[in-house]
Amino acid sequence: MDGGKIMAGSATGLARKGALGPSRSLTEPRWVQWIAIGVALAFLSLFLVVPLVSVFVNAFAKGIAVFAKAIVDPMALSAIKLTFLAALISVPANLVFGLAAAWAITRFRFPGRNFLITLIDLPFSVSPVISGMVFVLMFGAQGWFGPWLSDHGIKILFAVPGIVLATIFVTFPFVAREVIPLLQSQGTDEEEAAFVLGAGGWQMFWRVTLPNIKWGLLYGVILCNARAMGEFGAVSVVSGHIRGRTNTIPLHVEILYNEYNFAAAFAVASLLACLALVTLAAKSWVEWRYRNEN
Amino acid sequence: MSTIFAKTATLGWGPFWEVVSAPRVVAAFRLTFGASAVAASINTVFGLLVAWVLVRYSFPGRKIVDALVDMPFALPTAVAGIALTAVYAPSGWIGAPLSKWGIQAAFAPLGVVIALTFIGLPFVVRTLQPVLESTEPDMEEAALTLGATRWQTLRRVVFPPLIPALLTGFALSFARAVGEYGSVAFISGNMPLKTEIAPLLIMTKLEQYDYAGATAIAVVMLVISFSILLTINLLQAWSRRWTGGK
Amino acid sequence: MSIDVQGLTKKFGDFRAVDDVSFRLEAGSLSALLGPSGSGKSTLLRMIAGLETPDAGEIRLTGAEATAQSARDRNVGFVFQHYALFKHMTVWDNVAFGLDVRKAPKEEIDARVADLLRLVQMQGYERRFPSQLSGGQRQRIALARALAPQPKVLLLDEPFGALDAKVRDELREWIRRLHDETHVTTLFVTHDQQEAMEISGKIIVMARGRIEQEGTPLEIFDKPATPFVAQFVGETNIVESVVSAPELALWGPFRFTVTGPAVGARVRIFFRPNDVYLSSNPETLQVEGKITRSRFRGPLIEHHVDVGAERPVIAHVPKGVSLASGFDAGRRVWVGVTAFHVFPVDPQ
Repeated sequence: MDGGKIMAGSATGLARKGALGPSRSLTEPRWVQWIAIGVALAFLSLFLVVPLVSVFVNAFAKGIAVFAKAIVDPMALSAIKLTFLAALISVPANLVFGLAAAWAITRFRFPGRNFLITLIDLPFSVSPVISGMVFVLMFGAQGWFGPWLSDHGIKILFAVPGIVLATIFVTFPFVAREVIPLLQSQGTDEEEAAFVLGAGGWQMFWRVTLPNIKWGLLYGVILCNARAMGEFGAVSVVSGHIRGRTNTIPLHVEILYNEYNFAAAFAVASLLACLALVTLAAKSWVEWRYRNEN
Repeated sequence: MSTIFAKTATLGWGPFWEVVSAPRVVAAFRLTFGASAVAASINTVFGLLVAWVLVRYSFPGRKIVDALVDMPFALPTAVAGIALTAVYAPSGWIGAPLSKWGIQAAFAPLGVVIALTFIGLPFVVRTLQPVLESTEPDMEEAALTLGATRWQTLRRVVFPPLIPALLTGFALSFARAVGEYGSVAFISGNMPLKTEIAPLLIMTKLEQYDYAGATAIAVVMLVISFSILLTINLLQAWSRRWTGGK
Repeated sequence: MSIDVQGLTKKFGDFRAVDDVSFRLEAGSLSALLGPSGSGKSTLLRMIAGLETPDAGEIRLTGAEATAQSARDRNVGFVFQHYALFKHMTVWDNVAFGLDVRKAPKEEIDARVADLLRLVQMQGYERRFPSQLSGGQRQRIALARALAPQPKVLLLDEPFGALDAKVRDELREWIRRLHDETHVTTLFVTHDQQEAMEISGKIIVMARGRIEQEGTPLEIFDKPATPFVAQFVGETNIVESVVSAPELALWGPFRFTVTGPAVGARVRIFFRPNDVYLSSNPETLQVEGKITRSRFRGPLIEHHVDVGAERPVIAHVPKGVSLASGFDAGRRVWVGVTAFHVFPVDPQ
């Protein structure tokens, strides 16, 4: 329910203005400001910066050779491959689903519309572990579709399809949540104008709607991709942890870590940390572009 | 989702109660909701501070800090988990000084709180920022010309309209914390009755093919989270009425 | 309770928002700062309140140096354009705020708030929130709030700007009466000359950060000191000419007597449409013209009269007179200018 506001919040974040320049009488004394800034930065360092730095320090703690070996290990490589595969399928899938859902919600009134809105938020509102469990209950041996699937020799759970499905499920809200507020604020005026001018449905979408939502869409895709590559809980439930077969990068990190192979665990984790930094940079860039255009 | 409730229904009341009232399960619930509440409170207080500092003050590196706030959204929870564990373990950069003071962070309930604070950190900041940015300075100017001190202005004019946004941020941060698994799994040490959280218990039961037990716990979690969020929503509506905003 | 401003200057970057401004307002006066947007009038008002810090100059309130004083200590009532009411407080709490933060005793606060709500005719609204009030009601509460701590001076920044025409009219009248009752030295900012003329005893006209003219509404209207004032206050015909003989400038068939500028100087001549006299008979008027266009403007009718010059002369004739004389497009008329102002054109 309320989890939906997560992305609503960050969508307004996309539209943020520059900071105010308060006049001298309207702000706190300089020393109060510095204390506040100091405490805020200390808090962020303790919780964000130090752990992030520790990933890289630990990754190279035993030297570059150990780092390289951990990365090119066949198990690691297969985990990387699977992670990219999952992201490669789930991001475009959610781009389409998210756009369709956002479009339906903002442009049409239909029975079950509110239900759909709630449904979009669902993956944010429940624990990823519970999300994963839903797939186990559906596709597991004792699940609803389990017997039918095993009769037909289709394996979803503890196999790649399960991982992809779980990833699509947990990353579903990102695109929709970013696009909905933009479509809402854009309204239908421009589209109606285009329609009156004789534009067809596709032309209308490509030439009127898409240019208006492209930054929101890109923003959603970036977040969706980050989550798709980093998802742990839901994927952990459905994967079965079969090495070299159903291990994603985060799961591989867990295995290495539980084997006390810390240097290797951090080496592989540093790849994901790099991904996070790239995500943040891309996110800031999109925000910057969006602000410049508006 | 309906599968969860359907599966629980197959269990029947007696066995259901037996599962969810087991001491280990109750302890896990208590830790999950307790630590989430503490973490969300920490995030509310410091999130307000961080959002305020980012919106109102200028200092070198402000833009980078602003981008960094989203780190928990971008960093996979498993990475966060091992990183926080490394830092807050008794031998870690921060854990070592803490343990000298007799405080154990990782592998203790405090570690759970730390991990949950990490993953919920952006919510309060990101809900407050737009609200703070859209605040016109004229209410503060009015308070000043009416003779209020800066502190009186902050306490009586600036802060009250932020309460609904603070509650929203708290709720989002709390909801995220309750469901969190990845980061906590590493830092908590997963000791039954002590540092085991409910999502981990679900995971354990699933691994033991105890699907009915797992769903029973999931149902309780969903119901409790739902009622807490409902309460917060009502509280928010109420405070919005009182703050006169729309 | 007087306001003295000496050499006040405020720069935003390279832009001089207020440039070396000086004036004095007597205790108990009601004055207007009139100017177009961007003329620096709001910045000036905010400096007097202490909401902006001047780069140079001096502000004295009741004769006492106030330039370095915080807005908090100036005891100045300020009414904001968009009211700036505290949204989360009731009407009562809003009005009580200024007394409450000064730790006034509760009985005193209660009595004063009740008094003020009576003064602004808002009794019965104590428990309402600002969002439940109309624009005019909000403005009245903003006024009551500003008056509560018994300020030495009352400053209003475009107080009627956000209101619709009818409410604006009522509030103008009402401010006038409020001032007669309270006698607080009042200065308000407006871009609406009508508003400035109707309420205030003194008008300060500003443009580009400087004072163009100060004086009574009548002086400003009838004796504009600068071309800007002549143009900004009231409607006007503007024509350009050259002094062709001593004390004479010609424009089309018109002969204007010009004292001051030497022969050969370029001048701009301003005359108001209501100072243009139309007649159906030649009388003593020498200039003949033809009405090309007539616009109905309520109590008066605006006629564009072609006199054979490069542009028509605009005349305002009271509706009754115009109808009785049968003035309308196509009609031949005789034209006279009863009052005009001449300004030399700056050699640029």
